[in-house]
Amino acid sequence: MLTERMDPESVEFDVRTDEMLINMGPQHPSTHGVLRLVLRTDGEVVTEVTPHIGYLHRCAEKIGERLTARQFLPYTDRLDYLAAMNMNLGWSLAVERLLGHRVSEKTRHLRLIIAELNRIANHLVAAGCYGLDLGSFTPFTWTFREREKILNLFEEVCGARLTYSYITPGGVTADLPPGWLDRCEAFLAQFEPVIDDLHAVLTNNAIFIHRTANVGVLTPAMAIDYGVTGPNLRASGVDWDLRRDGEPLVTEMYEGYTWRVIAPINGRYPDDHPYPAIPKDAVVGDSWHRYFVRMLEVVQSMDLIRQGMEKYSRAVGEVDKPFEIKKKLPKGTAYLETEAPKGQMGFMLIGDGSPVPWRVRLRSSSFCNLSVMGELCRGVLVADVPSIGGSLDIVLGEIDR
Amino acid sequence: MVSMTELISLLPIPAWVAYTLAALIQSALLLVVALCSAAVFIWLERKVSARIQDRLGPTRVGGRFGWLQPPADGIKLLLKEDLIPAAADGPLFRLAPYISFCATFCVYLALPFAVGWAALPMNIAVFFILAVAGLEVFGVILGGYASGSKWSLYGAIREAAQVISYEIPLALCVVVVVLLSGSMDLVEIGGQQAGWFWHWNLFHDPFTFVTFFVYCTCALANTNRAPFDLPEAESELVAGFLTEYSGFRWVFFFMAEYAAMFVVSALGATLFLGGWNGPIPVCEWLGLTPEHGGLGTWINDIGNAILGWIGMKSQLDFAVWLGNLVGMCNFIIKGVLGATCMIWIRWTLPRIRIDQVMTTCLKYCVPIASAMMAGVMVWCYMFPDGVVAYVNRPEAAMEKIETPPSAGEAVKPVFKQVAAMSQPEGSARTMLASPSDAVRGSQMDVRAIGEVER
Repeated sequence: MLTERMDPESVEFDVRTDEMLINMGPQHPSTHGVLRLVLRTDGEVVTEVTPHIGYLHRCAEKIGERLTARQFLPYTDRLDYLAAMNMNLGWSLAVERLLGHRVSEKTRHLRLIIAELNRIANHLVAAGCYGLDLGSFTPFTWTFREREKILNLFEEVCGARLTYSYITPGGVTADLPPGWLDRCEAFLAQFEPVIDDLHAVLTNNAIFIHRTANVGVLTPAMAIDYGVTGPNLRASGVDWDLRRDGEPLVTEMYEGYTWRVIAPINGRYPDDHPYPAIPKDAVVGDSWHRYFVRMLEVVQSMDLIRQGMEKYSRAVGEVDKPFEIKKKLPKGTAYLETEAPKGQMGFMLIGDGSPVPWRVRLRSSSFCNLSVMGELCRGVLVADVPSIGGSLDIVLGEIDR
Repeated sequence: MVSMTELISLLPIPAWVAYTLAALIQSALLLVVALCSAAVFIWLERKVSARIQDRLGPTRVGGRFGWLQPPADGIKLLLKEDLIPAAADGPLFRLAPYISFCATFCVYLALPFAVGWAALPMNIAVFFILAVAGLEVFGVILGGYASGSKWSLYGAIREAAQVISYEIPLALCVVVVVLLSGSMDLVEIGGQQAGWFWHWNLFHDPFTFVTFFVYCTCALANTNRAPFDLPEAESELVAGFLTEYSGFRWVFFFMAEYAAMFVVSALGATLFLGGWNGPIPVCEWLGLTPEHGGLGTWINDIGNAILGWIGMKSQLDFAVWLGNLVGMCNFIIKGVLGATCMIWIRWTLPRIRIDQVMTTCLKYCVPIASAMMAGVMVWCYMFPDGVVAYVNRPEAAMEKIETPPSAGEAVKPVFKQVAAMSQPEGSARTMLASPSDAVRGSQMDVRAIGEVER
């Protein structure tokens, strides 16, 4: 596209007109929150995209320096509000790391079940909203219907549907209610055919493939340069997942589980799955692969949940209770990155002997994922800007913090 | 057939009053049809989309099925503040919705709901519909331009590019049927497809079958329905040309869109799906056609007897009226089914990109439609009386083609229209009663021009 525009022989060069600056957002249907994109356009061709952020800035880090570690937990819910359980998990593990605390095996399995369920919920929102960005409304309602069922399960566990504060430093607020595992299994069983529906309306759809294949190609080198993580990085063919490659505190949760990192290595996905083949137009690192990696991760998470439920019910003892609110933090620094659904979410806290951390720092995956947008959107059409933005699956609560 | 004008002129009033009254009643009736179809389609869209998406849709207003939702929405929108952005070009901004709606509404004039049941029977109805429906785009371009918003401007430019491009293949598809039937009169085209459903133009030959699907694609694009809803693509352009519109002006655009949905599906039904003719010729069996016989004669006798009994001497053709009523139901059912398909497509497919819209038009629709046009020409030349006649008596058909005088007859369907157009018809013929009149007329014109110049 770029070279074509530079070519004086091409028609588009001849009919080039004045450039126009357009504000996409902060109030716009497809910027996934209050993101403002300034587009420099030449007709339908976008020459430059500049993201402007900060509309949802709530001083989360500063608030963390005024509250104890447990009191800060509800604020982590509001970072990536679509995957609040994973945010809770990241903060809890970081605090536990500072304290040198290890939770029981049963708690670890419980946390895994909950975190992977929320990963499914997050990827459902991502896939549905991606369909919406491309003008297909129906998958959005289907994925939200399934997400509602996950939220029902979460409500049984902790009473909240969006901001859970369930996985806390030290453990979890409460054990699973009786019969929950059966209901979770029932959900997974009825959810499996829905994935086929989603593949039918999106993945297999010719228009969807035309809109996403070979659009916004993120090369592995570029992805690593910009610090892109999560499904976006894996879709570029980089075999990297903190659940397998991360710190021991994270990887020990997944010990004993059979699973593989979903990434297209040499143009092939690891597992034989019953889902559509890669279309011939798709290039590793394009929007189609970013979408497809998420869809396969949903299946992967379902498998992990099933294994986790079995291990949880076999594990002996009680799940751990949270620390007391004013538990003192030792002197020192702890930084931990976990594999949140949207990428690597890092939490850092510096303790000074008091219950309140001296410094809190949050490393947002969406922030880095958004930063690559300007690069990906150079020379695309206006319609591709929401398409590429949607495929990166960002959430502004986490970017602005 | 008794027209409304004739009926009203029976009243003891001056002729011009009768004509005005008849025109007013007819346009009021059509307006009701257009508005009702828009309201029904809005309701249908909400219910169908809701069912597709596992929702319920409107359930409260007007009973269980929420069928009063569109009027309720209309009242709500009427009560909204009439907002015109400061940057907008006021007069144009106000004018645009009416242009769009009037253009769509005018098309209803030419739609044949049954044999002769068109508000304005025209021998160039097809041409009229294409021309008038194309005016809708002016309203959208004006609205987008006058809104003073960049998103609206984008919507307007997209609309201009898309609709004007798609008018070419759409017209080509229509021309295929015109070639086939040798007429631009929708009543004539519909009448030729009477009988069983295999008499419909859709099943006439393989070329028309393909043309129908090209027509459907172009019709979707021409009415800005998904997957061609780029001018109002909400995930890209907020609401496109509608961004700055609110209240009742927005309703006018909205109604124009939904009324246009019925127009294109009704036109498609007339051209390809037999118009008012049902799939099974029930009306012909029952004698509800001008030829009568059977039940038809019986109905006429009874009807006129009842009227005679209450003291009116009449020879009204009740059977044909009844047949037309059934035909109108057929026509409306086909139109609604077409619109339902459009709704179904909208809630299934993602939107395509502007370059893909143009590719679809210029690389696929136009060449396919052109090829189909050529194919239909060849087909009409090869099988002037249909394939069945050709298979039964191939030597007779071949004779027809080979001998020069009959060859003219064989290709007659193709060139019938040209011949018909070269002959002045109807009112034109009465005006120019004889060649000498025509000559005198032209001389008078020359004299008039000379006077003006002096």
